[in-house]
Amino acid sequence: MAKSGTFSNLHDWLISEEFTSARQARLHSIYLAWLSLLANPLAFAGFAVVFLLVVVAALAPVIAFHDPFTQDFAIALQAPSSVHWFGTDEFGRDVFSRLIYGARTTLYITILVTVIVAPIGFVIGATAGYLGGWVDVVLMRITDIFLSFPSLVLALAFSAALGPGIENAVIAIALTVWPPIARLARAETLTFRHADFVIAAELQGAGTGRILLRHIVPLCAPSIIVRLTLNMSSIILTAAGLGFLGLGAQPPMAEWGAMAASGRQYLLDAWWLTTVPGIAILTVSLAFNLLGDGLRDIMDPRNG
Amino acid sequence: MSMIKAHHLAVSYGHGEAALKVVKDVSFEVQKGETFGLVGESGCGKSTILGALAGRNKQWTGTLEIDGEEIGQKRTRSQLAKQQLVFQDPFGSIHPRHTIGRTLLEPLEIHGKDRRQERIEKVLTDVGLPLNFRYRYPHQLSGGQRQRVAIARALILEPKILLLDEPTSALDVSIQAEILNLLKDLREREQLTYILVSHDLAVVAHLCDRVAIMQSGGFVEVATRQQLLENTVEHPYTRILMDGSRGYVSERRKSDSAALPA
Amino acid sequence: MANTSDTILTVESMSVEFPTLSGVTTAVRDVSFSVGREKIGIIGESGSGKSTTGRAIMRLQPPQAIVEASRMQFEDIDLLTATEEEMRAIRGRRIAMILQDPKYSLNPVMTVGEQISETVILHERATPKEARSRTLAMLERVNIRDPERVFDLYPHEVSGGMGQRIMISMMLIAQPSLIIADEPTSALDVTVRQQVLSILDDLVVERNIGLIFISHDLNLVRSFCDRVIIMYAGRVVETIAAADLDQAQHPYTRGLLNALPSLDNPKDRLEVLRRDPAWLEN
Repeated sequence: MAKSGTFSNLHDWLISEEFTSARQARLHSIYLAWLSLLANPLAFAGFAVVFLLVVVAALAPVIAFHDPFTQDFAIALQAPSSVHWFGTDEFGRDVFSRLIYGARTTLYITILVTVIVAPIGFVIGATAGYLGGWVDVVLMRITDIFLSFPSLVLALAFSAALGPGIENAVIAIALTVWPPIARLARAETLTFRHADFVIAAELQGAGTGRILLRHIVPLCAPSIIVRLTLNMSSIILTAAGLGFLGLGAQPPMAEWGAMAASGRQYLLDAWWLTTVPGIAILTVSLAFNLLGDGLRDIMDPRNG
Repeated sequence: MSMIKAHHLAVSYGHGEAALKVVKDVSFEVQKGETFGLVGESGCGKSTILGALAGRNKQWTGTLEIDGEEIGQKRTRSQLAKQQLVFQDPFGSIHPRHTIGRTLLEPLEIHGKDRRQERIEKVLTDVGLPLNFRYRYPHQLSGGQRQRVAIARALILEPKILLLDEPTSALDVSIQAEILNLLKDLREREQLTYILVSHDLAVVAHLCDRVAIMQSGGFVEVATRQQLLENTVEHPYTRILMDGSRGYVSERRKSDSAALPA
Repeated sequence: MANTSDTILTVESMSVEFPTLSGVTTAVRDVSFSVGREKIGIIGESGSGKSTTGRAIMRLQPPQAIVEASRMQFEDIDLLTATEEEMRAIRGRRIAMILQDPKYSLNPVMTVGEQISETVILHERATPKEARSRTLAMLERVNIRDPERVFDLYPHEVSGGMGQRIMISMMLIAQPSLIIADEPTSALDVTVRQQVLSILDDLVVERNIGLIFISHDLNLVRSFCDRVIIMYAGRVVETIAAADLDQAQHPYTRGLLNALPSLDNPKDRLEVLRRDPAWLEN
C-alpha cells in the first residue's frame, strides 16, 4: 500500500505542470514520452528487444557459459542440446556464446556508425540549409555524389580499399549512411530557417554556430534520431553483409553476419549455424524499425 | 531628443532586375518616450520599415540614426541590443523546444551579461508572469502568456526601443486589452520608445502619439493622436481606414440615408 | 421584410462533446437559437465554441465528436436524423459555408472558372458553353472587374478577397437558404473586407435568406448583423439585437465591449476582463 502510494505521488509529481524546477520540467517531458511509448505495444516491443540487446551485450561474460573462442574439434557441429543450446560450429565453439558475444559486435558497429554519422550529417545538412547560396550548392552536390551509389556497393568498395577489419567496416558503412541524414537535416533546417524565433535570435546578435547548435539542433534532433533508429537495421544488415563477404569482422571474432557466412557450407547438416544468427539479425533489425516508428510518433515536433 | 531618425529611407527585396522597392523614400523622427504608429493594409511596407529598423532587412538606402548613432547595414552587438522586435504571432516567435527560462537566458549569454537569474526574475515580474513559468515550455502557455514572454525576451537586454509588429492582432479582445495595458505601463516605467505597426487604427490611436498612414510604400499622411480622435485627418485614405476600424458601413443604408433628405 | 419571422433554422439545447484521453471535453453546452431571414452574428473568443457550433449545424464535426440536441430543424429537414446522403445534398446547396481561407474550400487543381461552371451545370443543367457565360456573369455580379482573366486562374493565384467573392458567386448559383460564414473576412484588409461584406449583405437581403456570421470582431458584428449571440466557454451567455449591444446586460459582454480600444470613446487604460466562474453555471 505504502509503495503504491509513493508511486502515485511520483506519478502526480511527474504529470503536474506546476513546475518548481528545470529538472522537474525535463523529467515531466521524459515521463510523458515514456507513457506514450507504453501506450504503443509495437514500439514498446521494439524498445524491449533493443534494451535486451544492450543488457546481453553488457553482461556477455556472465550470460555465455562457454568461451566463444575455445576450439574443440571433438564436439564440432553438434546439434542443439541442453549443454550447447544452439549447438556448436565447425570448430566446436558454442554457438549460443558466440551469439551473445556477437551482440557486442553488432552494438559496437551500430553505435560507432551512429556516433560518426549523426554530427557529420547534421553539420553538413544544417550548414547547407542555414547558409544557403553556394555553400548549399557545393555541400549538396557532394552529398548527391555519395547518394548516387547503391550503399552496399559503396561500402564494399570502401572496405575493399581500406582492407578488411571491423574498424574499416565501420568507416565504410558510415560513408554510406551520412548522406540521407544530411539531406534530412537540410530539409528540416529549411523549414525553420525563417521562423520568427530564429530571426529573433539573429536580431539579438546570435552567431551562426549558436543558432545551429542551440536553435536548430533541438528541432532537427527528433527526426534525425528517428531516421538513425530506422537506419540501425540497415547498418546491421550492411555490417552482416560485409561480414558475410569476409570484409567485416575477421575470425575468430564473433559477428552475426560472419557466423551465418561460415555456416553456409554446412547448411544441409547443421542448419543452426546459419539459422540462429539469421534470426538474431532479423529480430534486432525489426526491433530497431519498430522502435524508430514509435519514436517518430512520440518525438516528432509536429505532434507537440 | 530624437531616438530614431530616418532620412530618405528606401528598402527593397531581391537583387538587380528583380529588385522590388517596397518602401520608397520615407523620412521621420521619433522622440525619446514617444510612440510612433505605422498603419496601412497588407503590402504597404509598414512591416518592412520595422524590419529595416530592427536590422532584419539589410537592403536599405538613406540614413538611419538610432539613439544619436548613425547605423550601417551591419550592426554591432550593442547596436542590435538598442532595439528589439516583438512579433505578431506568439506561437511562432518562441522556440518550441526551449523552456521559457532558456529563451530568456539566450540573449543574456550572447551579450555576456552578469546576474542572469536575477535579470530573468525581474523581467518575468515586469511582464506579469509567475516566476515558475521559466520552467515551462511554450506549448504549456496561452497566446497571451506567450506574447508576454516575447515582450520579456525583448526587454531583457534593456533596449531603448521596442519595435512592435502587430503585437495584439493574433490575440482575443480581452487579452489584447491586457497586452496594450502592459505595453503602456512598460513604456512609462522603462522610458521606452515604441514603433507600433498595426492595421487597426483604434489600437494605434490608443497607444500612439503620432501615426504615419502608409500606402504602397510611402506615407500618405502623418497624423497626431488628437487628429484621429477629433476626426480631423486630412487624407481620404485615412478616413477609409478609420471607418474600417469602426466596422462595416452598409452601402444600402448609406444610399438610403443619402436619398432621404432629397 | 414580411418574411422576417420565417424561421429557417432552429437549434434547441445542442451540445458538442469531444472524448479525450483525460475525459470528455464539452466544446458546446446546451446552446439554443433560431435563425430567420436575417443576419445573425455569433461572437466569442477562441475556444468559445462558436466555430464548433457552425460546423455541428452542417454536421461537419470531427468523427469522434458527439453532437446532442433536443431539436435541430432546418426548414423541412430534421438535421438530427438526416442520413449522410441527405446531408451531402444539403451542404453547399441549401446550406452554404464560407471559411476564413477560401483556398481550403476550393479545389486546388481546377481553375476557379471550371469550379463555378461545375456548380452551374449541376444546378441548372446547362451546357458547358452556357455555363461559361453564366459563370462570367456571376463573377461580374460579385464585382470582379476582369472575369475573363479570373476564370482561368487557379485558387492559389487569387487573393483572399477575390477568393471570398468566388465563394459567394458559387452561392449565387446554388441559391442556399442559409449561409454559415466562419470568420470570412478576418484575413482581409479593411477596404477589401468592406467590399466582400457588402456583396454578402446584398446577397442575403436580395434573396431574403439567413446568414450565420461567426466572428471575434465585436465592431464588425455589431455593424453588420441584425442580432448577436454572445458565446463564452461553449455557452450562449446573451442574445441581443445588434443595435442594442451597448445596453448588453451580461458582465462578459460588457467586459468585452469595455476591453475594446475605440476611436470614438478613447480611454487611458482598457478594462481588463475578469472572468467570473459563475458564468460557467447555468
